[in-house]
Amino acid sequence: MAMAKLKLTGVGTQAGPASAPGAAPLLRDINLEVAPGELVVLLGPTGSGKSTLLRMIAGLEPTPEGRIEIDGIPVNDLHPSRRGVAMVSQEHALYPHMTIYDNLAFALSVAGKSRAEIDEAVRKSARALQLEPLLEKRPDALSPGQRQRVAIGRALVRDPKLYLLDDPLSRLDAASRIATRIEIARLKERMPDATMLYVTHDQDEAMTLADRIVLLAEGTVAQAGPPMELYDNPASEFVARFIGTPPMNLLPGTITGTGRQTRVALDQGGAVIADLATTDADQGNPVSVGIRPEDFTLAAASDGSAISRLVTHVEALGDATLAYLSDNGIRDACIAKLPRGTRVVRGTNLRLQADPARIHLFHQGQAMRPDA
Amino acid sequence: MTRIAGRKPILRWAMNLAVLALGLLWALPVLGLLVTSFRTSDEVAASGWWQAAFPTRQTLVQRIKGADAQRQEGQVFVIEGDLVNPERGDRVTAWGFSSRSRDILAPGASARLGNGGLITIDAAGHYRLEKDTAFTDNRGPYVFVTITAPPMFTLDNYRAVLSSVRPGADAPGASVARAFFDTLSITIPATVLPLAIATMAAYALAWMRFRGRLLLFAAMVGLMAVPVQMALIPLLEMHARIGIGKSYLALWLAHTGLSLPFAIYILRGQMAGLSPQLVENARVDGASEVQVFTRIVLPLIWPGVAAFGVLQFLWTWNDLLLARVFLIDPAGPADVLTNRLVGLMGARGDDWETLAAATMVSIALPLAIWFGLRPVVTRGMLLARGKQR
Repeated sequence: MAMAKLKLTGVGTQAGPASAPGAAPLLRDINLEVAPGELVVLLGPTGSGKSTLLRMIAGLEPTPEGRIEIDGIPVNDLHPSRRGVAMVSQEHALYPHMTIYDNLAFALSVAGKSRAEIDEAVRKSARALQLEPLLEKRPDALSPGQRQRVAIGRALVRDPKLYLLDDPLSRLDAASRIATRIEIARLKERMPDATMLYVTHDQDEAMTLADRIVLLAEGTVAQAGPPMELYDNPASEFVARFIGTPPMNLLPGTITGTGRQTRVALDQGGAVIADLATTDADQGNPVSVGIRPEDFTLAAASDGSAISRLVTHVEALGDATLAYLSDNGIRDACIAKLPRGTRVVRGTNLRLQADPARIHLFHQGQAMRPDA
Repeated sequence: MTRIAGRKPILRWAMNLAVLALGLLWALPVLGLLVTSFRTSDEVAASGWWQAAFPTRQTLVQRIKGADAQRQEGQVFVIEGDLVNPERGDRVTAWGFSSRSRDILAPGASARLGNGGLITIDAAGHYRLEKDTAFTDNRGPYVFVTITAPPMFTLDNYRAVLSSVRPGADAPGASVARAFFDTLSITIPATVLPLAIATMAAYALAWMRFRGRLLLFAAMVGLMAVPVQMALIPLLEMHARIGIGKSYLALWLAHTGLSLPFAIYILRGQMAGLSPQLVENARVDGASEVQVFTRIVLPLIWPGVAAFGVLQFLWTWNDLLLARVFLIDPAGPADVLTNRLVGLMGARGDDWETLAAATMVSIALPLAIWFGLRPVVTRGMLLARGKQR
């Protein structure tokens, strides 16, 4: 059995007295294992502590609680230069006084490698990222996208134990962000053995790149698992709202029927049936009904388990039509994503229903699970 | 400042004029010193340096040759000679016999002397004294001649100031030349030493985590407020106690110690202005702190280091106080240029041309460095102002 490349045990940190109050997010009891060759994405909103965690792994922040192991070696007290990790950061990643070649060569050169070795590694990674024409230029002369490719190249050159990518695409414009994202995905395909930990706040990056997503919220792991697992079975309302665009609708209701399936009467009228086993104990419990916008379908006028809501706004996106509905007296509180060509008129009521298998129930913020 | 001035034409003009005025204020005295240092003492006495390019009017008092220079031409006895240097182009414009009537006679005119001789002085300064009987007086009479001398430039002042062989008890020569090299051997270590220490200290204060870092920095900033004079006597006593007394080492240490707080403060500011991600990336890339310092941080703030180096060099070069306190012993040979200049002012305060030459010697190197490294200094100053990228 392969040993975990990276293992975090009970890792935590606090906003230290030296830093401004609230500057450093609080992390507590983070347990995480990254297998060799795995690409794990640390996803979370701003301030969730994901960057801090990455910096702790790199050794740029102290680790007051817990244990960080890389390749089975505890690294808590090792200087960043001795942890054998490579990092790609958001910006200013390149050394402005060096040519691209020297930027790529820096890590090998401080490691005392021979000129020939350095040259070979630099040329190889330059070829992989199409950086060859840029080698003699300086970072100022490059576009942001090119610079970020160089930053990635600089990590590649070293063949490190672990790649740490700290939101590498956040400073790029939309077009080069997608291009670089695809670049990273291809790169990872070509290097099945490379182990990567990738921090981002962008769920698209997380969904497209990750073997596994670790979603952080307020300093703890909200949920960890393959992207589709987080999408299909969110463990909490937070995960449900964070993954998916537009976010999952959460409609308040009360359980009125239990058994192999659960019937929920919505506070604002209508009812849904979810494929979720419940017991009598759950009867009458307040729940949130989670339905993804794309899981709504138009319901026949006669259907009993349908939701009827007032349309407050309509967006025809071309590939789909978004119908914004009022719920609980709040405009645009619920969104339905309907197939293209669906006729929706603002100011009228829309009758919707959803596949019982696609309906999520949350009790006190946590997902209700058949096994729970 | 520049931004506001850049917008309004009047302000821009005002700024340009102010800069011009400052430039003149600075450049004129230097130019005056430079010109004066190439003039002869007679010229300096006769006219200001701004007239150096024009002929000067001087009054000379000369003695006519005595009886032993006479020769007989037929019946008359003749004494001939030159009152001025004709090759230099001096022209006599008037002459006379006393200070009151020194310019009553025109060149070419003749006058009867008290001893019966007839003297003629022409415009070239040549005189001819004739008498029917032999001259007996071995000491000739005085004549006053007013001449215009063409402008003359000479290196004699520099020769006098720099040559180590020059007769005379108060010869400025040996000591100015020596003081130059003494000053150099003080200035170079007193520049290199604090820079070396300050860059490293600034790096540690800017980029390394350790306990009490902020406190240390605050204490150091506080030290900048301490007047130098307060430290003189305690330092001197300490030097005496640890046995280095008055010496080069003592002065190097004093210069180093007293400049460190400011140097660290300035350099730390520049280093802290670098993007933290640069330093962090280098660390993760496997660079040790020393490598981060030498290969990333130092090259990036190099203009700032150079600018501070230039300033520190100029300060120590122009220092008098510390040199007097920590180095110069009246009995010892060590001296610095500033102190030498003070000495010259006392001993040869009237010899402006010598003082000017000595001053030029003492500011030659600072001027050369200033002009040679001006781009570096300017860039460094801009960096220090936080204009970085």
